[in-house]
Amino acid sequence: MSISAFVLFWAAIFTSNILLTNFLGMCSYLSVSREVESSFGLGVAVIFVLTVTAGLNWVAHHYILVPLNIVYLEYIVFIIVIAAFVQLLELIIERYVPALYYTLGIFLPLITVNCAIFGVSLFLVIRNYNFLQSIAFGAGSGIGWLLAILMLAGIRAKLKEKLVPVGLQGAGISLIITGIMALGFVGFSGIVSVQ
Amino acid sequence: MTKKEIFIVSAFRENSVWRQILGICSSLAVTNLMMNSLIMGLGVTFSVAFSSLTISAIREYTPRSVRMMVQTLIIAAYVIVVDIFLKANMPAISKQLGPYVGLIITNCILMGRAEGFAAQNKPLDSFIDGIGSGIGYTLVLLAIAVVRELFGFGSLFGIPILGDWWIRWSIMVMAPSAFFLLAILIWIINTKYYKVKA
Repeated sequence: MSISAFVLFWAAIFTSNILLTNFLGMCSYLSVSREVESSFGLGVAVIFVLTVTAGLNWVAHHYILVPLNIVYLEYIVFIIVIAAFVQLLELIIERYVPALYYTLGIFLPLITVNCAIFGVSLFLVIRNYNFLQSIAFGAGSGIGWLLAILMLAGIRAKLKEKLVPVGLQGAGISLIITGIMALGFVGFSGIVSVQ
Repeated sequence: MTKKEIFIVSAFRENSVWRQILGICSSLAVTNLMMNSLIMGLGVTFSVAFSSLTISAIREYTPRSVRMMVQTLIIAAYVIVVDIFLKANMPAISKQLGPYVGLIITNCILMGRAEGFAAQNKPLDSFIDGIGSGIGYTLVLLAIAVVRELFGFGSLFGIPILGDWWIRWSIMVMAPSAFFLLAILIWIINTKYYKVKA
């Protein structure tokens, strides 16, 4: 892994978008994308939590799990770290920035079960990233996710007045839009590859 | 409801994927090969069945305030069992599935069945419900994988079906096809079986 953190950051946004090429974070992506505003709020929360938990889980893996030889507990530790961080963040925001809590706070519980957060932590262990690469990968993935959900929300807002086949309404048409967006992102894939 | 009805409802009539659009996050990525889809589906079936059984068995002793955390930890424990089993017995497939085995934990189906069924029902019923939703999920994965592997690689379960004359559709190997195929599957099922009308 000699790829620089800066390259990895852009790769995570465009060439290996967490949602459009790895299918992670689909559940909240499909259910929240009805409105542009709430999509943006959730996206910002995802970027923040992803960046921090990528760093925290990297530290947990390299300084706790590996030295103690308990790597098989990795999943449980990662889940607890993510849940604890989200909970803590919720408390801090509620206590000190109530205004932000009312716009962002409702999305925080959703984030604990967002596959993208957990998936990024697993990817950075499997691909053997160093600390800086992990942070860059986390932030890039978050921005990529925000980009995808914003695009879908924008298109769905336009779609409200259009006629869609009855059987496809709701999730079906969203999946087709996502497929077309994914096709567009395949166009970026020649630039750099991370595996 | 009898045991058979529970199974049919959770596997087909109220299938998590096409009725509730749950659980597609962690698994569309493995649908490019039949074998991976089958193993992934069985892994999910095992985890959801046994975690439902356990959660239901201790439902009366679990305080409400820590319920979610307890459920997540029980699910995580079973997923770790699946992961270790795959690493020991099928290292090649375990490597291909990569992080997606661990991602079963955040698969919405598991939490959905735990909250929606196991938290109110008897252990055996919950177990059957878990097996039903797991099988229903596996069927969806296989349905997508049949098309992707056949057109993308010209084979099924790694056995060549279409000869050398077949020009492989590289789109089927790439991510976008999974989105399109799932949408088409939902479309067909909605119009054929649920008779959705304007």
